[in-house]
Amino acid sequence: MNVDVVVTVAKIAVVLGLLLQVAPIMVWVERRGSAMMQDRPGPNRLGPFGLFQALADAVKFLFKEDVTPAAADKPLYLMAPALALLPAFTTSVVIPWGPNFTWDGKEYAFTVSNADTGVLLFLALASLGVYSLVMAGYASNNKFSLLGSIRASAQLISYELAMTVAVLAVIIPVGSFHLTDVVAYQRTNTWNCLLQPFGFLVFCIAAFAETNRLPFDLPEAESELVAGFHTEYSAMRFAAFFQAEYTSMAALSALGCTLFLGGWSLPWLNYEGMGWLGVALGLGTLLAKVGVCMFVFVWVRWTFPRFRYDQLMRLGWKFLLPVALLNLIAVSAMTLAGWL
Amino acid sequence: MTSYLPILVFTLVAVLFLTAALLAARLLRHAGSASMNLEPYECGNEALTFAHDHRFSIRYYLIAVLFVIFDVETVFLFPWAVLFDQLALFGFIEMMVFLAILVVGYVYIWNRGALRWV
Repeated sequence: MNVDVVVTVAKIAVVLGLLLQVAPIMVWVERRGSAMMQDRPGPNRLGPFGLFQALADAVKFLFKEDVTPAAADKPLYLMAPALALLPAFTTSVVIPWGPNFTWDGKEYAFTVSNADTGVLLFLALASLGVYSLVMAGYASNNKFSLLGSIRASAQLISYELAMTVAVLAVIIPVGSFHLTDVVAYQRTNTWNCLLQPFGFLVFCIAAFAETNRLPFDLPEAESELVAGFHTEYSAMRFAAFFQAEYTSMAALSALGCTLFLGGWSLPWLNYEGMGWLGVALGLGTLLAKVGVCMFVFVWVRWTFPRFRYDQLMRLGWKFLLPVALLNLIAVSAMTLAGWL
Repeated sequence: MTSYLPILVFTLVAVLFLTAALLAARLLRHAGSASMNLEPYECGNEALTFAHDHRFSIRYYLIAVLFVIFDVETVFLFPWAVLFDQLALFGFIEMMVFLAILVVGYVYIWNRGALRWV
């Protein structure tokens, strides 16, 4: 059998295996983390520290009644959860999870897809997420859902602009869409969050808005819209939206870590000379960084109040977009001068 | 082209994963439900109108149009960013002229109140 195929299948298996663990782990982290911040025990009945809570949730999702409202647009209603999972899973194909490795005397990059479009592919696939929200909200034929979904679409497209421009500024000094090159650039220089602090700030704020997390969770906004675009969804279909949210949070964290926080590398450490140990250490380093980012998502949730919708739009269009553009101009001028 | 195949694999896995979960749930859960459950989730009274009977604010449409304009702009920025070294000073000046024109439009829509939500 062709070695290339074996390597690709192995890479797919590793990354998918990791991605499928994200939601169960995050259910526990989110609930225990929330409990910790609110000074209450949180889920503590199932297993040590409530570690088996996710398992109980899965069982519940399987046994709950699955409602399709009579007034719903059925094909769209059934398609929306699958479409939500699609960008959540596919975006992580371009992330380099560790240093290059050799197998049978041939060198391979530790990315599932080594496409030349790299980060552009990530942005393109991530922006497909808005379709599932619009579809879910429209097809439900519920007023809360529809309001949530049009809010979501306006929010996602507004913050996508700022995020894209912030990502572009990283690409300019690197000169390549390959995320492996972005990591290599940060290893020879220093982490991009130090070189481009404003770009990092814009990316972080936009990341919260893109994943519909507090303080930008207006598409869901429990206190006003019940559950926003997924109000009508129950049982396993709701679980799909839930999983999509956590998986895309992880994928976006991985992109953020790769672009701004050195990816799988750590300063002054050289994983490349260590063979398979180096690959494992690189993967562990990136996972640790992603874990920290995921905790920050939970932390921010219980620190900041929700934005009002006009404030959200003002922040996106009148603050983040100009800052991102100025950052882009500054970075390109500095690259031209040879400072970056 | 082979580097794009994994995306197809991931798509298939996402769809299969959901299909398997839905099938398992269909076999396990109790069947049938009260007809009340099939009404839109609202306040408990019978709904007089459905969501599709209503209109929504024109501002969302405006935001979508503005997004298209700015998104096309970022499409032009991508090839410039990746070839920045080769285009050097010429590319930099060209792009600054392009951005300057864009900023004129941006200032215009800001002044016209297109970015004001209420």
